[in-house]
Amino acid sequence: MKAIDRFSVNGDHVEVAFDTRDTLLDLLRDRIGLTGTKEGCGNGNCGACTVLIDGAPVNACIVLARESAGPSITTIEMSPETDPVLRRVQQAMVAHGGAQCGFCTPGVILSAVALLRRNHSPSIDEIQHAIAGNICRCTGYTKILTAIAAAAGMEAHPNGE
Amino acid sequence: MNEFDYHAPTSVEQAVELLSLDGTRPLAGGTDLIVQMRERRRVVKRIVDLKHLPTLTTVTAANDGWVEFGAALNATALSFHTQLSPYSSIVEASRMIGSHQIQNRASIGGNVCNASPSADAIPPLIALGADAVIVSAAGMRVEPVEALFLGPGKITLRRQELLVSFRLPPPDPDSASTYLRFTPRREMDIAVAGVGAMLQLASDGKIKNARLALSAVGPTPLRAPIAEARLRGEVPSTDLWAEAARLAAREAQPISDTRATAEYRRELVKTLTARALASCCTRSLARQEHA
Repeated sequence: MKAIDRFSVNGDHVEVAFDTRDTLLDLLRDRIGLTGTKEGCGNGNCGACTVLIDGAPVNACIVLARESAGPSITTIEMSPETDPVLRRVQQAMVAHGGAQCGFCTPGVILSAVALLRRNHSPSIDEIQHAIAGNICRCTGYTKILTAIAAAAGMEAHPNGE
Repeated sequence: MNEFDYHAPTSVEQAVELLSLDGTRPLAGGTDLIVQMRERRRVVKRIVDLKHLPTLTTVTAANDGWVEFGAALNATALSFHTQLSPYSSIVEASRMIGSHQIQNRASIGGNVCNASPSADAIPPLIALGADAVIVSAAGMRVEPVEALFLGPGKITLRRQELLVSFRLPPPDPDSASTYLRFTPRREMDIAVAGVGAMLQLASDGKIKNARLALSAVGPTPLRAPIAEARLRGEVPSTDLWAEAARLAAREAQPISDTRATAEYRRELVKTLTARALASCCTRSLARQEHA
C-alpha cells in the first residue's frame, strides 16, 4: 500500500512516497536513494544496516518506515563538515586500514560515532562492546579497533596495552 | 512481508480494543516481531505501535514504594534510568540482550512475551519477584512474572490482553541481585545457561531470603526452590554457594541441542549459580556499607 510521509534524514526534511511494508532500510536505499546503508542479514544480527535514530544506533532492516517519520535519522551520508567526530572516525579508518571490502564500514563508523559522542576516551573493551553488533568478515577487527581508538585521540593496541 | 495496517494509539484503551481484532500484534522495538514477519513465521494483519503510550514507556515510583516501568521502554533507556539502578540484575541483563543496536529498540515486555527459554530479562525479573501488569477491555490484572510461562514461546496472556508494565518490589538496601549467563561467543549470542539470583541479608548477616531463576535449562524459566531453601537462614560462605549451586544444577531440566549438551548446561548452572550468589553477597554488603 502506498503512503507519503515526512522524514528527517541527515538534517534535511524530505517528503517521501513509500510502501507501507517498507523497512527504514528499504526507505533509505530504495525510496530516498541513500545507498550507503547496506543490507547484510536482514534480521538485525550483522549491523551492516546500522543508522542512528535520535543519535542511537539501530538496525534499519528491522525498523518500519512507518514508525520512522518524526525522529532524526542519521546515515553514513551525513556531512563530515558538520560533524568533527564523524570526520575523525573516517580519517582514522583510512589511516589505519580499518576497511577492506567496506561493506560493514558504514555501520561500524556510525556505531563508533555514537560511542565517541557519549564517551570521549573509551577503553578497548568499551570500543569492542560498541561495535559488537557490527560483524566484519574481512579485517579481523584489530585495525577497526585501532582506528576508533585513534579517533578518540588515544594510542592503543588491541592485543594488550 | 504481507500487507498490514499500522496504528499508533495514544491510549491503552484504544490499543487493547485493536488487539482484540484477529491477526493483530503489539509492536514495541520490533526486534522479534519484524524479524518474524520478514521471515514469514508470523502473518500479521495489523500492528499496534505501543511506543506512544506513556504508561508503556515511562518509569514511576508508586505510593507503595514499588517501582513500575513500562513494558515497551527500550532496554538501553531502562538500564540507564536512575530508578532502576538498585536492581542490578535487570540493568545487567538489559545490557546483554543482543547488541547496542538491539538494546536501543528491544523492550523487556517483548523479551518476556516472546518467552524464549533463554531470554535474558526473565531470570532477573523472577529473582526480584517482579509482577506483570496486564490490561484488557475487562480491566487490569497483576500476575507474578514467573507465572506467565507455559512453554517455549508461550505465555498465559490472551490475545486481547496487553502487558503494559512491570512492578518491582521497593528497593531494599539489604538486598542485591545479579544476572549471569554463559554464551559461546562474547557478544551477540543466545544464553546457553542463565542464572538470576537475589539475596537479602538480615542485620545479623544471615540470609533472610534467596531467590534463584534459571534460564535456557528447561522449557520455561525455572525457580530452584531446593537451593533457595538451603540458603535461607545460613551464614554466607563460599562452601554455602557451592552447595546451593550443586542443588540448583540438579533442579535444572536441560536438554541437549546444537548449542550445548544437557550435561554442559547443568555444569554451567552450577558455576553460574555459585558466582551469582557470591556477587549478590558482595553487592549487598557494599550496599549496607553505603547506607
